[in-house]
Amino acid sequence: MGGERLKIILSLTPPLLIIFTLFFGGIFYGFLQSLGYQPAIGKYEINFSAYYNVMFSERYAKLFWTGLGLNLWVSFASTFLAAVFALFGALAIRKTFFAKTICNFIYSLNLPMPHLVVAVGIIFVFSQSGLLARLASQIGLIGSPGDFPVLVKDKYGLGIILAYIWKEAAFFFIILMSVLQSLGENFEELAQSLGANRWQRFRYVILPLVMPNLFSASIIVFAFSFGAYEVPALLGVIYPQMLPVMAFEFFLNPDLNARSEGMALSIIIAIIVMILVVFYFWLTQAKIRKD
Amino acid sequence: MNNNLKKINIYAIYLGAIILILPLIAFFINAFSFRWFYPQVIPKELSLQAWVRLKLIPKPGQRTFEGFIELWASNPAVIKALLNSLSIGFLVTIVSIIIALPASRVLGLLNFRFKKLIIFIMVSPTILPPIAFVLGLNINFISWGFSGNYFGVCLVHLVPIMPYVVLTMTGIFANYNPDFEHQARTLGANKTRTFLLITLPAIAPGMVVAALFAFLVSWSQYLLTFLIGAGKVMTLPLLVFSTASSGNPALTAAISIIFIFPAILILFFTSKFVSGESGATSGFGKI
Repeated sequence: MGGERLKIILSLTPPLLIIFTLFFGGIFYGFLQSLGYQPAIGKYEINFSAYYNVMFSERYAKLFWTGLGLNLWVSFASTFLAAVFALFGALAIRKTFFAKTICNFIYSLNLPMPHLVVAVGIIFVFSQSGLLARLASQIGLIGSPGDFPVLVKDKYGLGIILAYIWKEAAFFFIILMSVLQSLGENFEELAQSLGANRWQRFRYVILPLVMPNLFSASIIVFAFSFGAYEVPALLGVIYPQMLPVMAFEFFLNPDLNARSEGMALSIIIAIIVMILVVFYFWLTQAKIRKD
Repeated sequence: MNNNLKKINIYAIYLGAIILILPLIAFFINAFSFRWFYPQVIPKELSLQAWVRLKLIPKPGQRTFEGFIELWASNPAVIKALLNSLSIGFLVTIVSIIIALPASRVLGLLNFRFKKLIIFIMVSPTILPPIAFVLGLNINFISWGFSGNYFGVCLVHLVPIMPYVVLTMTGIFANYNPDFEHQARTLGANKTRTFLLITLPAIAPGMVVAALFAFLVSWSQYLLTFLIGAGKVMTLPLLVFSTASSGNPALTAAISIIFIFPAILILFFTSKFVSGESGATSGFGKI
């Protein structure tokens, strides 16, 4: 039907136009600039020297590779720990107990909180003069603020990891709660009647059932934490520095040549995230074929 | 099966809840205390000092109705940022819903070639980090004259919002039966009346959720506003970030409380809609 086809095209054009001109256009133009094509400062040649500079030049190589390491560490650690906490929280909280509704609300409370606010909250609680340090000093564990371990603005990215755990555990929690609710307890009861103990019920019944959702949520969280700016900008240190912060600083550098390097970095971040997502799809497809 | 938990598990849940709520407690103590020195856990004196310095509450003695009006009319930075955040959020939400409405209807109800590819293209901004497109876009916006103004900021907010709105509303239309529209049309209702009386009531609940998510995504946007606004469009997240970097905890806490208030309100109203199956929930991961 010609009419229907026209209708489909007309309806889909406006959102696609926004995605193509602003999103893909932005990426494409960023890519051009990363190749050194900057008409604004009279540079028209195309080469990969910005990528080479960022990754291998004496000036930036150390910053880049330590930054990449920090990125991988922070994203893996925070995704894994947030998922584990949320899994245990969700498994425990679906049973009945006193003040269940309030607990449920508190566990989902961080869901709509902007990352920025969570980062500020982590400073308030975990810094050396924060709430926890004060509590520790009240019960006599530490004396001066300097005795409290450096958990915020530390070189291991612990503050950044804490912030992501705080925020993303709520995200995992909501997803797990709805999966567990839709599953019911039949499978577990069956397993129990067949003599499975607690650990076996968890390992061979619950875990395989929630794994697909847990895994796809992990991809979202990992991809986000890998490329986000606010949290590492507030809770990170100058060295080692996470890649998004590094890219942004290059970009804001008054030296216009550094701009290509900033763009190259942002493209590298995007490529790594893309490889990860493709790998994920390949993995799930392979599993479906196997089953 | 035993539905009751062991005591130790219950205590673990309570402990988890307390730990999770610690930052919120810290926000309130910081915002309403003055000279909260280490190692005090409870501040010695409560104070509205931070709110007075932000020009949200008048100085003691001027706290009358007129005093408040006069102070707020002097357009303090926080009120200005709040109004910017609110108006950008509302505008972007309405525009995104209007744009997404026909598209998600087509995606939800019809089957056609390249549908999967189109959905994949639509959701791609949710996967790739904003820094990947905004640096390049920034240069384009400067040459198009969209940089450093309100319009440009609204336009760039559409990028992270569009996927969620389209995805959520596609889900609504996938469960929607258009036969009622045919019946209304046969009975003589025109297109506008059919939309207002048949379509809109059916999709309204889901649309409200999509709108609230869209608003929240715009509301918490830092990087895009900062780069495209070029420091000329001040919103609440920008204010929170700059105050937090300058290191005054009382002021940071006070602005943060204003900043998180709508978020908590929205969670309260949408909690029964929020589930793992809703496409919008994935949006929460990115706020």
